[in-house]
Amino acid sequence: MQKQIRVLIAKPGLDGHDRGAIVLSKGLRDEGMDVIYTGRRQTPEQIVQSCIQEYVDVLGLSLLSGGHNVYFPRIVELLREKGMARVLVIGGGIIPEQDHPFLKEKGIEAIFGPGSRIEDIADFIRENVKRRGSQE
Amino acid sequence: MEDKDKLSEIEVKLKEWEGGILKQSLEVSPEREIASELPKKRLYTPLDMVDFDYSRDLGFPGEPPFVRGYSPAMYRSRLWDMGEYAGYGSPEDAHARYSELLSAGGEAVSIACDLPSQLGYDADNPLAEAEVGLTGVSCCSLSDVEAILADIPMDKTPLIGSVSTLHLVFWAMYVAVAAKRGIPSEQLSGQATIDCLQEFISRGTYIFPPEHAVRLSLDTMEYALKHIPGLTYQVNPYAIHEAGATVVQEAAYALAVSLYFLEAAHERGMDVEALAKRFTIHTAMHTNLFEEVAKLRAIKRMWAKLMKERFNPKDPNVMRVRIGAHTGGSPLTAQDPETNIIRVTIAALAGALAGATRMATSSFDEAHAIPSAKAVKIALRTLQIIGYESGVADVMDPLGGSYYVESLTSELEKRALAYLEKIEDRGGIVQVTESGWMQQEIAHSAYIRQKEIDEGKRVIVGVNKFVSDEKPALEIHKARPEIVKEQKIRLEKLRRERDNEAVQASLEKVRKTAQGKENLMPVVIEAVGNYATLEEVCGILREVFGEYEAFAMKT
Repeated sequence: MQKQIRVLIAKPGLDGHDRGAIVLSKGLRDEGMDVIYTGRRQTPEQIVQSCIQEYVDVLGLSLLSGGHNVYFPRIVELLREKGMARVLVIGGGIIPEQDHPFLKEKGIEAIFGPGSRIEDIADFIRENVKRRGSQE
Repeated sequence: MEDKDKLSEIEVKLKEWEGGILKQSLEVSPEREIASELPKKRLYTPLDMVDFDYSRDLGFPGEPPFVRGYSPAMYRSRLWDMGEYAGYGSPEDAHARYSELLSAGGEAVSIACDLPSQLGYDADNPLAEAEVGLTGVSCCSLSDVEAILADIPMDKTPLIGSVSTLHLVFWAMYVAVAAKRGIPSEQLSGQATIDCLQEFISRGTYIFPPEHAVRLSLDTMEYALKHIPGLTYQVNPYAIHEAGATVVQEAAYALAVSLYFLEAAHERGMDVEALAKRFTIHTAMHTNLFEEVAKLRAIKRMWAKLMKERFNPKDPNVMRVRIGAHTGGSPLTAQDPETNIIRVTIAALAGALAGATRMATSSFDEAHAIPSAKAVKIALRTLQIIGYESGVADVMDPLGGSYYVESLTSELEKRALAYLEKIEDRGGIVQVTESGWMQQEIAHSAYIRQKEIDEGKRVIVGVNKFVSDEKPALEIHKARPEIVKEQKIRLEKLRRERDNEAVQASLEKVRKTAQGKENLMPVVIEAVGNYATLEEVCGILREVFGEYEAFAMKT
């Protein structure tokens, strides 16, 4: 039997809009994954701590406030410092197209904005977690 | 409406039609699947109006149950108020945007604050830094408000704020700025979002535990009733609909919260009739035109009915309520962003058809970034075209009497009243918020909607049908990264130049008052007037009230 993929959905910063985070948490669970949602207003340190405690394979960051260029790279950096570079980091929310190359360069593997299908996100996660696993 | 013989004749003819040409037609071309929150027949006739009573259900504009109009002359004498919600960057940036909007025909200054300001953090707090000036204007002290409202005539321009946790502090600042300009608070007008509960349920910018948040709301209203008679108190089901609530849940929430605040005010000995007349229900208009029209009409009727039942007012005008219709951001797509102009038009049209008293429209680029100046202007123009060109506002309640609209309104009202009962059976709106029941209900609705879209059952053009690979060529708003630095310098200067002894003394008064039961507004006006910063005032309130510890919602 394949191991169940563990996902942490997190909201860094002060933004309270979590419809996307909640819907995605429910959706990925229906896709057979083990999903934890952190709740709002988490600091990068808290999010990375949760990744360690929960030993997740995937971290989904959601932000609609425009603070993604600060928070997302900071979180990836902290994950690496803590030896958690194996975690697949993806992002969502209101992220202008122009910022995608910068975020990808900083280790955010994919950005899923408004209009993304849950199934497509789940497929992306499955493929990439598998790929990462086989590289370890 | 019609007499019995005529109705039976219609019934016979309807059956004939259904079994005859309709059936034949459907055999050739079957019916499409309809994605709808409410049951919808394919056709409505006088048979759906048998329970309809004109005087009870509609009446006349300006008379109970006020479904046909808040005022007797409605749009025949004046259109809805138009004031776009805007704000970003530094106080000067925001002031420039408001001036543009006012000169383009906007009628209010509707201030969007950045998240740090909404949560009572100054721009130099480490928790704030990444989000200063992004989702709204950075507003840390009276000096910022002075710059935001620089040459804007405060006695002639309604001020609208969306900050629902700290409305008291922001209105204290408006009063203090006005006082420095020699304008008495009695000459100010606008709207305070007193609905702190939606923050816990959906919007997320709560600070204090609900009981203390509610106290701030009551303090604002109590003070304003005496000193800012031009202020209206906004209940905000908008945020609930945006978080995924259905129209039924949104309508039920609107009434649950309004009743809760009115009852709490009553217990505190406030004049409930005077208060109720100052309420405004701020709703989110989405793209399903008739559901949105029915929602607003149902809210008006529920308000009239429930005010009568619960408070039996002497003044019949207590039974009417202002309706703010602001088009929603959540139906807007990132794909083909220009098509959002059409979505917004439909949503705003629903508000006009249902007799909203205030409207605001969203910008087409909202799924990408904070609106650009061009997008905000198009949004305002949309309202103006509906108001002045379309002819929609020529006649009062133009859809009144439509078999379909009246049936849908009654169905929605019935369901919303049942849902309200569900909330009250569970102990009321505060209890269902603290238990997380309301949040779960809305999350469930949001998830169902997402699945309908993912499965293609609910069509969103450009998202799950007629999809194009074209990347949008958008000129999006770009934040100025220097804002944090500018605001830090401004704060340092402020702390250096103000009378720090006066600041400390007035902050101590805020603490003492917060610990007791007196109204906080006067001491907060004094503190902000002495240029105590937002974080200094909120810091005291945080110490006294504590902070709400949100639970991570079980999804």
